[in-house]
Amino acid sequence: MTAQIFLQIVASGLLMGLIYALIAVGLSLIFGLMDVVNFAHGEFMMLAMYAVFGAVVIIGIDPLMAMPLAVAALFVVGATAYLGVVQHAMRAKANIGMVQIFATFGLAVLIRGVSQFLFTSDYRNVPAERNLLGGKTIELGGVFLPLPQLVGAGISVLAFVGLWLLITRTDFGKALEATREDAGAVALVGIDKNRVFTLGWGLGASLVGLAGAILAIFYYIHPDVAAPFALIAYVTVALGGFGSVFGALVAGIMVGLAEALTATILPPALKSVGIYALYLGVLFIRPKGLFGSL
Amino acid sequence: MLLEVRDLTTAYQGLVAIHGISLDVKAGEIVAVAGANGAGKSTLLKTIAGAERSRSGTVTFDGRRIEGEPGHLITKAGIAYVPENRRLFPRLSVRDNLRLGSYLFRGKADREEPLTGVFKLFPRLEERLPQRAETLSGGEQQMLAISRALMTRPRLLMLDEPSQGIAPKLVDEIFDAVVAIREAGTTVLIVEQRLSEVLAIADRGYVLQTGRVVITGSAQEILDHTDVRKAYLGV
Repeated sequence: MTAQIFLQIVASGLLMGLIYALIAVGLSLIFGLMDVVNFAHGEFMMLAMYAVFGAVVIIGIDPLMAMPLAVAALFVVGATAYLGVVQHAMRAKANIGMVQIFATFGLAVLIRGVSQFLFTSDYRNVPAERNLLGGKTIELGGVFLPLPQLVGAGISVLAFVGLWLLITRTDFGKALEATREDAGAVALVGIDKNRVFTLGWGLGASLVGLAGAILAIFYYIHPDVAAPFALIAYVTVALGGFGSVFGALVAGIMVGLAEALTATILPPALKSVGIYALYLGVLFIRPKGLFGSL
Repeated sequence: MLLEVRDLTTAYQGLVAIHGISLDVKAGEIVAVAGANGAGKSTLLKTIAGAERSRSGTVTFDGRRIEGEPGHLITKAGIAYVPENRRLFPRLSVRDNLRLGSYLFRGKADREEPLTGVFKLFPRLEERLPQRAETLSGGEQQMLAISRALMTRPRLLMLDEPSQGIAPKLVDEIFDAVVAIREAGTTVLIVEQRLSEVLAIADRGYVLQTGRVVITGSAQEILDHTDVRKAYLGV
């Protein structure tokens, strides 16, 4: 393997890895907050992609400009999912874990079904003439860097920095941490746990919404688009440790690198093999994930 | 009257835990609630704090009915509650636990000011600020739990068995602190099994038995009561 190929693998893996990390972090955040696995996480991402597509086609803005819209829309989707579905599932008297799984899984089926009905199953792309970054690549010392991934990875880094500041520097961040420590005790200091859960779902959905908005720049859009990404997100979260934000970042990058490496040395059809091999390997050695506290 | 409880009944997992309890707390008092295990002391505080739902009866705080309200609104109304198991945020630092206590206040001055009082009360907490709450000793955790409650600037502080599971030397320190808290203007409702110690600092008391008030009066009256002397003091 030449140095150039090695650099290309690292660059491609890092760029996609940062985007995978951004897809996964909202899932991890929500799980850490309330021990609920959101099986509609991928569908949230798909909705964000359609939000960007819609904004580009209807309003006529560049997908980059549509990102804040998608993030805001997904905040509403996440908060509504908590208030409308998850909150009620958590009041189950028995089998609460199962009820939660089926509630979010049912939500996923519903979102996908409604999307198929409204948007049809056609594959769509953001129109090239309105896509500033789409299809552009820059070359740096023989290493090719697709511009959408490069910008997307940069946005992901900014989002992680912002999330870190939010968690460590703000009162809301402290309320989030306190709620994940002991949701039953936050009322003692006057915090409404339902409000924290609602905002937490909004935040988690916003983050995957941002990831979806980035993907919409360079990936086709259809109602089932999220399935492979969601699978990778679950692997990423399990690898990084359920509930760990930093773990999601590290694991996302590892997954990206593993995929880039496999895609280079194995036939393209087998490009996901590396991800799952890595996943199995880590779970054999450290079942709670790299930074998990389970 | 700061707190008026009337005919309060709460069922816990289908069993009636407290049965028609009435109790008053005047502003500036220390009121003790005593009784054996399972007498309903903790359930009484939980119900007032909104952690448990009452089946019937009323709770009036400062002229306003609060029964059935969620816990965070009761904290906001001015009742701070330190439960039996303290419920600190174990992996957060002592500083963060205290900061969360003043979550309801926005101004920096409002948030920092109660800290001075807390450090005067429990100087050793100031040395422990960066430590995780879970690394504190039982007594220190109790101090932190009381301090976190005081950070909400309550008008009524409710303590559930503050002496439980802590070293005897620290028990005195906690009881001294309760007296100091009252001196500083906060009313205290305290649940305790250590009858003679708590009555030594309380103005009035209630003795519960199987979910009902069986004896009530001034601290001295309760100490002098024949049944109490037989059942609790062994004389």
